[in-house]
Amino acid sequence: MVSSRMNSPPALRRTLSLRVVRDGIALGAAVGIVGIVFGVLARATGLSVAKTCVMSLLVFTGASQFAAVGVVGSGGSPFAALGSALLLASRNMLYGPVVARWFVGDSAGTRAGVAQVTIDESTGLGAAQTTQSDRRLGFLAGGIATYVFWNIGTLIGALAGEVIGDLEAWGLDAAFPTVYVALLAPHLATRPGRITALVAATVALAALPVLPIGVPILVSTIGAIVGAVAAHRAVDTRSDDEESS
Amino acid sequence: MSWWVIASMAAGAYTFKVLGIFGLSRVDLRGPLAELVRFLPAAMLAGLIVQQSLSEASGEIIATRALGIAAGGLAVWAKAPLIVVIVVSAGVAALARLVV
Repeated sequence: MVSSRMNSPPALRRTLSLRVVRDGIALGAAVGIVGIVFGVLARATGLSVAKTCVMSLLVFTGASQFAAVGVVGSGGSPFAALGSALLLASRNMLYGPVVARWFVGDSAGTRAGVAQVTIDESTGLGAAQTTQSDRRLGFLAGGIATYVFWNIGTLIGALAGEVIGDLEAWGLDAAFPTVYVALLAPHLATRPGRITALVAATVALAALPVLPIGVPILVSTIGAIVGAVAAHRAVDTRSDDEESS
Repeated sequence: MSWWVIASMAAGAYTFKVLGIFGLSRVDLRGPLAELVRFLPAAMLAGLIVQQSLSEASGEIIATRALGIAAGGLAVWAKAPLIVVIVVSAGVAALARLVV
């Protein structure tokens, strides 16, 4: 870690670190736009401004929040909403051991704070950096910017939801599933990801007419099993030369 | 949605994060369960898209909604910024409703 810092002149290091922070802010701003959409959707499904904002402050994992609000909004039970949200939130657990390596010597309090912002975006920005100090910086910049913008966006959306009124007249009922399409798109880059999505969509489609609202989303997790099996097979045939740093 | 659902979501989501950061999770990171968790978002987002696209409405609303989602999907495919994707999908659905 120290030696890699010494390799580049201080001025260049500062420029690179500035770039990491700038990337974090750009990422946060994009997440803020999704936050606005979330705020509007949450208000449209009957959540108060307070509930909408508290959810973003405390839950802080976008896909889970969208799933919960989406299920309740289409008339599903709170249990189906909670189940979907928690299943989706479980993946943040997998990022922990990766992120923890960047915060080894830090106090438990700091790491408890790090935990709250351990999500797709912050972990991704941290992992994209090449030195230990930049990984920390990338994670923190991404995590803090995402947290701040997500919550500001939620508040703006929740307040705007008040005046928007009829969602369908604005075409917003089309915009919500499209946001999920945008969130899904990166997962479609790999073959197991595409298989997962295809199986899940098919299962959900079949389950829709027969199961209570929200439950088809839980059943669509079958797609993840099929995708995991497909990925496992791909790993078996590939030479795994990955090294831990 | 009641406060207890929001509180349970917050507690559950933070518990997962803490289990990961403090290394308390018993999930083997290279095991099949971890692999499954990794593919959960793709599966559930696909399910969510199906559910939200077809949720309770008249045939006309669903058809115009599908037009908006398709247009937005094209924008995603063209790697347009998210704000453009949102405006395109909502705009196309809203315009289609004015015409129909």
